[in-house]
Amino acid sequence: MTAFIIRRLLQAVLVMLVVALIAFLMFRFVGDPINQMVGIETTPEQREALRVRLGLRDPILVQLARFIWNAAQFNFGTSYQFKQPVSEMILQRMPATLELSMVSAIFALIVGIPMGVYTGIRREAWLSKLFLTVSLVGISLPPFLIGILLIFIFAVNLQILPSFGRGQVVDLGFWSTGLLTVSGLKALILPAITLGLFQLTLIMRLVRSEMLEVLRTDYIKFARARGLTERAVNFGHALKNTMIPVITVTGLQLGSIIAFAIITETVFQWPGMGLLFLQSVQNVDIPIMAAYLMLIAFLFVVINLIVDILYTVVDPRVRLDGGAAV
Amino acid sequence: MSDPLLQVRDLVVEFPTRRGTLTAVDKVSFDIAPGEVLGVVGESGAGKSLTGTAIINLLEPPGRIGGGEVILQGERIDNLPQEEMRKIRGKRIGMVFQDPLTSLNPLYTIGEQLTETIQTHMKLTDAAARIRAIELLSEVGIPAPESRIDAYPHQFSGGMRQRVVIALALAANPVLVLADEPTTALDVSVQAQIIALLKKTCAEHGAAVMLITHDMGVIAETADRVAVMYAGRIVEIGPVREVIKNAKHPYTDGLMASIPSLTHEAERLAQIEGSMPRLTAIPDGCAFHPRCPQAFDRCRRERPELLDADTTQAACWLYAKEEAVT
Ligand SMILES: Nc1ncnc2c1ncn2[C@@H]1O[C@H](COP(=O)(O)OP(=O)(O)O)[C@@H](O)[C@H]1O
Ligand code: SF4
Ligand SMILES: [Mg+2]
Repeated sequence: MTAFIIRRLLQAVLVMLVVALIAFLMFRFVGDPINQMVGIETTPEQREALRVRLGLRDPILVQLARFIWNAAQFNFGTSYQFKQPVSEMILQRMPATLELSMVSAIFALIVGIPMGVYTGIRREAWLSKLFLTVSLVGISLPPFLIGILLIFIFAVNLQILPSFGRGQVVDLGFWSTGLLTVSGLKALILPAITLGLFQLTLIMRLVRSEMLEVLRTDYIKFARARGLTERAVNFGHALKNTMIPVITVTGLQLGSIIAFAIITETVFQWPGMGLLFLQSVQNVDIPIMAAYLMLIAFLFVVINLIVDILYTVVDPRVRLDGGAAV
Repeated sequence: MSDPLLQVRDLVVEFPTRRGTLTAVDKVSFDIAPGEVLGVVGESGAGKSLTGTAIINLLEPPGRIGGGEVILQGERIDNLPQEEMRKIRGKRIGMVFQDPLTSLNPLYTIGEQLTETIQTHMKLTDAAARIRAIELLSEVGIPAPESRIDAYPHQFSGGMRQRVVIALALAANPVLVLADEPTTALDVSVQAQIIALLKKTCAEHGAAVMLITHDMGVIAETADRVAVMYAGRIVEIGPVREVIKNAKHPYTDGLMASIPSLTHEAERLAQIEGSMPRLTAIPDGCAFHPRCPQAFDRCRRERPELLDADTTQAACWLYAKEEAVT
């Protein structure tokens, strides 16, 4: 088990190094950082001095090592545009993105799994067919369109939910949360649905097809032959066996949710990292872009690690310390 | 003779298809006495499994019972509501499937699966159910049951898993156990042990057994009576010694002759020519007539019912009493 975790950690470090290399190349080859920092009136001599001072004349490997060393401490320098430390700016906006992403993911799971189970068990029910049809819409409509549609209905027409912003937030010192105020919660509803809808349909379809698969297995037939109740068979035996793929997909999707929050944050003017990233792209603000890239990669890696560990919790066969056969 | 434990009367299992209804089990009738072991033999596809599955009412759609009656201890059970039938499964009729590797849910310990089954059918506390589970495991010959009870299925060998499956089938003291090829998937070296164990434990629990197999050797050693199936019908049924030594039906005769260990007269009939017909092309009259060395005119026109043939009953016109032959 420990060997397994250590191996996974080494893989994670490798992935992060590759991403760091990409971020570094971005620094080197996209635009000229000096141009971004100084005005047109700066003389070539002053520019050269700045270049040397920033280490841009050092050998490239030295620069790369320095970049990785700084990145490991989440230090990406100063934003070209805002003249503020990038790490500070990102950390300020991270709670908004993470809260939105988590709530979306939980929404997708809590609604998607029961819908998947229902459509898997009651294949012929009209409600199942309705769910499947509606889920097609969820998969095929782009999120920004869904967001705009929701704003139109609930913010413009019914006027019961806000159309932008995060509402009132409470500052906990290290974290600013919108989960503790009514306006914060209300502001969360539409963006969370917009962001989670795709994942919801994905999870529903996944759970459904896994249920159909599992319900055909011998151990389900045997569970029935033992006289277990439908509930015990469906939820105790079948559903639990669908959880491995659901955990995998949810884990991977959580990464995408955080990454795709960019679009939802833009539609709802949600003050998160995604919105910041989009602005930084427009302004070729490389430090922010690099930091965002590294952070998202880091989240992906961490989530994957957690998924791998969860496997061993759900499935005894993956536990590597399992006993031998008799 | 005491009242039969199970009576099967004209049981029909059919599959509706686009090109008409396929009849896979065609008017099968037999009784099982309390505590008796009835062997059911026949080539693969003869309808043995479907007969068993129909008795316990777990046919998978589109398969369905197309007619007949199943009577357990005087009570008709083929038309019970699902919930009533569920209470009979495991409680009064236990089942052992072919492949122990796939019969057990991989995600639960064998103790969890046992206590779950016990508590579904008996009002026992967790502690009492666990004690019973340990007793059952020790009965079926699992070494160190107190510790093995918390192991997962993958930690057992195939033979050991089939012992667990037998314990599960007997968990609530059923009066009848349906065992569908319980050793076919096992290593040859453990097959005899498992059959002996099945016979012994069922006898101790006072359960009758319907033992489905295509292994005549197993039947010869285990069964009290034997039913021979061919193309969805019972062609001969009678005491096991009579059927083996003194088969009346030409098909049984050929079947027995093809088993070297059962016949010491090497010059007897060799393998029967041809193969069993598909469901879509079952011949009129006696389904065996295209392969039967003794077929005559009537065989091609009329279907023979089971007729008294001295010590057994055989579905063959050779045993028609001197009635008016058309
Ligand atoms: N779902 C199905 N649709 C059509 N035919 C089926 C289906 N399931 C089983 N059968 C047919 O029923 C017949 C009897 O099957 P089965 O009872 O499993 O045979 P056995 O156990 O004697 O080998 C076989 O010919 C098989 O092809
Ligand atoms: S009925 Fe005729 S064809 Fe069928 S087994 Fe008897 S003799 Fe052979
Ligand atoms: Mg079979």
